[in-house]
Amino acid sequence: MSTGIVTASYIIASILFILSLGGLNNQESAKRAIWYGMAGMFLAILATLLGPGISNYLIVIAMIGGGAGIGYAVARRVEMTEMPQLVAALHSFVGLAAVLIGLNADVELSTVTALKTSGVTLADADLTGFALSLFKKTIVEISILKVEILLGIFIGAVTFSGSLVAFGKLAGSVDGKPFKFPGGHLLNLAGLLFCTFFGFLYLQGSGIWTLILVTLISGLIGWHLIMGIGGADMPVVVSMLNSYSGWAAAAIGFTLENDLLIVTGALVGASGAILSYIMCAAMNRNFISVILGGFGGAVVSQASIDGEQVAIDAEGVSAALDDADNIIIIPGYGLAVAQAQQAISELTKRLRSRGKNVRFAIHPVAGRLPGHMNVLLAEARVPYDIVFEMDEINSDFPETDVAIVIGSNDIVNPAAQDDPDSPIAGMPVLECWKSRQVFVSKRGQGTGYSGIENPLFFKENTRMFFGDAKSSLNKLLALID
Amino acid sequence: MARALKIGTPREVLNGEKRVAMTPDSAEFLLKLGYKCVLQSGAGLASGFPDISYVERGVEIAESNQEFWDSSDIFIKVRPPTLEEIDFIDSGKLIIGFFYPSENKDLLEKTANKGISVIAMDLVPRISRAQKMDALSSMANIAGYRAVIEASNNFSRFFTGQVTAAGKVPPARVLVVGAGVAGLAAIGTATSLGAMTYAFDVRPEVSEQIESMGAEFVFLNFLSEQQDGAALGGYAAPSSPEFREKQLEKFRELAPNLDIVICTALIPGRDAPKLWLEDMVASMRPGSVIIDLAAERGGNCDLTKEGEKVVTENGVIIIGYVDFPSRMASQSSALYASNIRHMLADLTPGKNGKIVHDMEDDVIRSATITHQGLCTYPPPPLKVQAIAEHKKNYVKELSPEEKKEAERIAFRSETKRQTGLLISAIISIGLIGLWAPASFMQHFIVFVLSCFIGFQVIWNVSHALHTPLMAVTNAISGIVIVGALLQVGSGSGLVIILSAISILIASINIVGGFMVTKRMLAMFQKS
Repeated sequence: MSTGIVTASYIIASILFILSLGGLNNQESAKRAIWYGMAGMFLAILATLLGPGISNYLIVIAMIGGGAGIGYAVARRVEMTEMPQLVAALHSFVGLAAVLIGLNADVELSTVTALKTSGVTLADADLTGFALSLFKKTIVEISILKVEILLGIFIGAVTFSGSLVAFGKLAGSVDGKPFKFPGGHLLNLAGLLFCTFFGFLYLQGSGIWTLILVTLISGLIGWHLIMGIGGADMPVVVSMLNSYSGWAAAAIGFTLENDLLIVTGALVGASGAILSYIMCAAMNRNFISVILGGFGGAVVSQASIDGEQVAIDAEGVSAALDDADNIIIIPGYGLAVAQAQQAISELTKRLRSRGKNVRFAIHPVAGRLPGHMNVLLAEARVPYDIVFEMDEINSDFPETDVAIVIGSNDIVNPAAQDDPDSPIAGMPVLECWKSRQVFVSKRGQGTGYSGIENPLFFKENTRMFFGDAKSSLNKLLALID
Repeated sequence: MARALKIGTPREVLNGEKRVAMTPDSAEFLLKLGYKCVLQSGAGLASGFPDISYVERGVEIAESNQEFWDSSDIFIKVRPPTLEEIDFIDSGKLIIGFFYPSENKDLLEKTANKGISVIAMDLVPRISRAQKMDALSSMANIAGYRAVIEASNNFSRFFTGQVTAAGKVPPARVLVVGAGVAGLAAIGTATSLGAMTYAFDVRPEVSEQIESMGAEFVFLNFLSEQQDGAALGGYAAPSSPEFREKQLEKFRELAPNLDIVICTALIPGRDAPKLWLEDMVASMRPGSVIIDLAAERGGNCDLTKEGEKVVTENGVIIIGYVDFPSRMASQSSALYASNIRHMLADLTPGKNGKIVHDMEDDVIRSATITHQGLCTYPPPPLKVQAIAEHKKNYVKELSPEEKKEAERIAFRSETKRQTGLLISAIISIGLIGLWAPASFMQHFIVFVLSCFIGFQVIWNVSHALHTPLMAVTNAISGIVIVGALLQVGSGSGLVIILSAISILIASINIVGGFMVTKRMLAMFQKS
């Protein structure tokens, strides 16, 4: 296959990728969009394989086959509640691949440079593909190439280690609380200076050991950076790492002079950046402050709350649901933890079959991933046209008879509006306390991820339905048929 | 005092009053609070509670007057006590019941002088904590319901429209004036009987409640600043003369087509506003019914006679009964007795049969009109405001010019922002171009344009699909596989190994990402 046809395939693949992202603007076209994405990827890989400069087909086929098998198995088996971990783990792969490809590029570069200095002409060298284009480069182009390699490796390594930590925190194997070494972000800054220093040495021609050092240091930076961010900020972290993995791919694209990689990397990078922005806006915090440390790190004084939490049992809740016409359910991370999505779906079905208007209100940062709750509800076959986002439904609470809060805390905290001293002051929240009655399903009397007391639980129209979300809902289901 | 206090319920002496302040059910709760209960023989009879039903729950029956008034410490009543009753009651005792102190000044003075404490149920503030003892609301609720029932009793047609074999029956058209508790109850009852119900109130914010009960809110075309009639702790305030004119004009327009009018408009501490004038009555059809719940305060209708049913010359029936709750004595006694027992529960924090008259408590303070020989009426303003946040909800309507101006300013600042961004982007890209060689710039164009496309495309992604978006971008970022494929052909063994690993993990990414996205998307379904 000639270079021209390969490039043509790349163009088509790029267009398909753009279509596949654009198709996600609604649920129905999304089902088509995914096929565009797959077709684009297939075309890109096929064109590359059949294009010039590829050998070792046996290894390639084995590796692709193996990887595809593993990927298929993982995707089939993963629980929808484990989606955040999976996404984080996949990000780390992209980061790792970017690092390895960067290192490779440098190895190739030194081989080619050695050939050049030994006086071999282009015709004698018998080079193909990447090495060939390296051979043709001028001095300036080679230093630019080195900068690109450095960038690719730096971003890749940060993505890799950061995603591993995010994976650990989401899977619960690493403590979700923010953790920093003494020195905090000064340490990260020092790491960055070291990277710059060794990078400079590398540009001066100090050899591959400087690159390896840069890899290690940037890996440490990624680890330390994400360790310092609290669990409540995970939606931002995950989308930020998503963005990084895109930029890493784009940097590799520059190194390899491959436009398809650049286009795709830029698309993914932009997508992650926008997601991070949306998540930050949903918490009324700016990106920098999220990255520089999460909630609950510092102890902030907050207004104390008078009153007591009033508990209620399943009978009470079912009686109230009996009388209610308008019901809004607000799911949160606790729903995912308790795996209660099937129970809530069953409850919704029964209430709807009695002619009640049941809707779901989703806060943008509910859960640990952007859109996490939507996916869980979809898994449990809750129809998506009764699932609304915050801005669509917030004004409907005053006409609502019963609001049920399941496993969410900070996103329904009235202190965000009432208490200017609260750490979450100004964060947009779901105004469920304006409905006639609020039931809060919660494991115990603890605080949310941010460690902030929630005045909602002490309100006069709030009743606490203590217990694991799933068993509570099942108790409730037994009373409603 | 070792002896438990005794709660006494006298017979209501006012003619026609059938209610009673204690029912057998409420007595049971009062006993649980540690009190003893005594009933003047026959007090519950008119509400359908014979003495025996009280005795079964442990209430003593006092046969003789003297014994009754002497033995009790707390008296619970419906109507204000008469001067004669006050004579029977000793100093230091407590009366709980309706009192209307602003209309019964002499009575108030006499009780205060005698050292009798009084908690007036009609002065319980309208705050959410006190709702359970808000006897005015419970009575108004009954009055509203009964008003519709009385109306239908006097109205010789169906409420609901029907198409029968014998011909078509139009539905009754009902107007409810004043959407307080009574008004809303009337709306609900009329609607459930099948009538077409309209409602009017001076407080625009109740339109929602009116519509929720199934009636249509009658809007006025009132151009100057809308009178906000909700000032006095949940009750309506008087309206301006211009507003009143508009209101009457609207009523005049509606009157000929109405079958039933239910007037419930009251303003605290004033005579009822005249809203249904003689000419409106005259324009109504014969057989139409007007129920005036404000009759006790002079009536909303010009022709209302307190306590009577009158038929006008053109055959309109105007009912001015003042005893609607008493006409449903069993129901109203049950609710009133329950209000009373909630009040007593608040007065008995220890549940030990001892009154703690806490004058720091907002609700108790407001309702107490005499205490320890002093007159404590009127009460100080509430610490908690009944309606605090309503004002905020009214966003000032912008005139077209102001709107245009605001849009123009927004457009300008947006233009400025975009131009600023563009200029800084041009400068930074120019700087890169100055320094970088042509081969780099070729790729750079592609990079910048892709970022741009990415931003444009991703903004449109629906919020619900953010997780699938992340999974699919994840799969797509597996495109680094292309980089690894290009390197795997190298001669160096190390390079081959490293790129083989890259190919492996990138493939996991691609297949895993796409599969998982597909799985997620397949789950989204419409109802």
